[in-house]
Amino acid sequence: MHGAEILLQPGVFPRLLQGLWVTVWIAGVSVGVSIPVGLLVGWLMTLRNPVVRAIMRVYLDFIRIMPQLALLFLAYYGFARWFDWNLDATGACVLVFILWGGAELGDLVRGALQSIPKVQYESSYVLGLSPWQTFSRVILPQAIRRLLPASVNLATRIVKTTSLAVLLDVVEVIKVGQQIIDANRFQYPTGTLWIYGAIFFMYFIVCWPLSIVARRLEKRWSHD
Amino acid sequence: MAFDWSFVQRYAPFFVNGTLMTVFISVFGILLAIAVGLVCAGVEIARVPVARQIVRAYIELSRNTPLLVQLYFLYFGLPKLGVVWSAETCAIVGLGFLGGSYMAEAMRGGLESVPKVQRETAYVLGLTPVQSITRVVLPQAISTAVPGLVANVIFLFKESSVVSAIALADVMYMAKDLIGMYYSTYESLFMLVVAYLVILLPISILGTWLERRFDYARR
Repeated sequence: MHGAEILLQPGVFPRLLQGLWVTVWIAGVSVGVSIPVGLLVGWLMTLRNPVVRAIMRVYLDFIRIMPQLALLFLAYYGFARWFDWNLDATGACVLVFILWGGAELGDLVRGALQSIPKVQYESSYVLGLSPWQTFSRVILPQAIRRLLPASVNLATRIVKTTSLAVLLDVVEVIKVGQQIIDANRFQYPTGTLWIYGAIFFMYFIVCWPLSIVARRLEKRWSHD
Repeated sequence: MAFDWSFVQRYAPFFVNGTLMTVFISVFGILLAIAVGLVCAGVEIARVPVARQIVRAYIELSRNTPLLVQLYFLYFGLPKLGVVWSAETCAIVGLGFLGGSYMAEAMRGGLESVPKVQRETAYVLGLTPVQSITRVVLPQAISTAVPGLVANVIFLFKESSVVSAIALADVMYMAKDLIGMYYSTYESLFMLVVAYLVILLPISILGTWLERRFDYARR
């Protein structure tokens, strides 16, 4: 198993970690902005207005049926031509992940809101709670329990999908890995194996804890 | 610049070929994923001692890493160990590796959703062990598992877009190539979207139909 020393070369591991930070940053910003967008989209989806409903339906279905990579191409190459809007690659990634995360989260929010029986609202009114109290004390706590496990899973998916950024030449962890591989092509011919192996486990170390949290939440809250 | 229909006419055949490549890779990848999923779900349900831990580790590794990194490892990394696979093989094995864990989880979920009392009742009513599984447990398990399996199939078709990164000429690759060569952004992106709609809309409609067809256990 010679060649693994490449990972111990000065600068190699720290540079990979810097790249990983870019990955985590893109995912973090996307998830962070997706939350308010998702809440808004979810609320819009519960409205009865036929125009709003139709727009939301098309938005969700289009985002769902297109591969994320195709959406990235549409944003990166398309927006520049259609709107004269020259998004840089990182911007295109963040935008697509927000639109995607917002749509998926919106659907979860809609499902959670609609899953709460009408009688809960009615009982709250009868008990003398104001509409805001009903929402914040009765509906929201129950909705969050139904929402949170799936949302954490969605965050994991967004982190994994961040890997596609390399195909738009964003300098994130995979791109850094490729640069290291190219620079050491002659000293470490087997570097490819080790660097991609290391990146594989880096993603795993970021995503696995999130999966565990999601599973725990699901188990704890599945009884109500 | 206006939309150039003649460009679409000239290069549509490229996208047809790309679509065929996408479908080819996806179908074989999904079949492999189903096979891997069956084996893993079987090992977990039967609680085979050591194999069970291996399956657990595989499922965690496969679900928590991106397909792109898995493919790069297979395509660029493995040859350093003397394992040289064609891009097609890497793509199918990669989809199978990724999808296997998703399929296994859906199947296991279906089987575990059938309460133990169902099988016990079947015994008491005089059904043989095999009958109680094929007539009582499996029909319910399949009914519960179908929505998850359908979602996984659509997910894997979409994930197959990533194989363009290891130089397989699928729809994604065609779009990127034509944009790069002719700066034909409008037309290429249009054909890209149409190609994916042509592939995924029928599958999505078929999936909805299957879900309805198999929802007897939940009605």
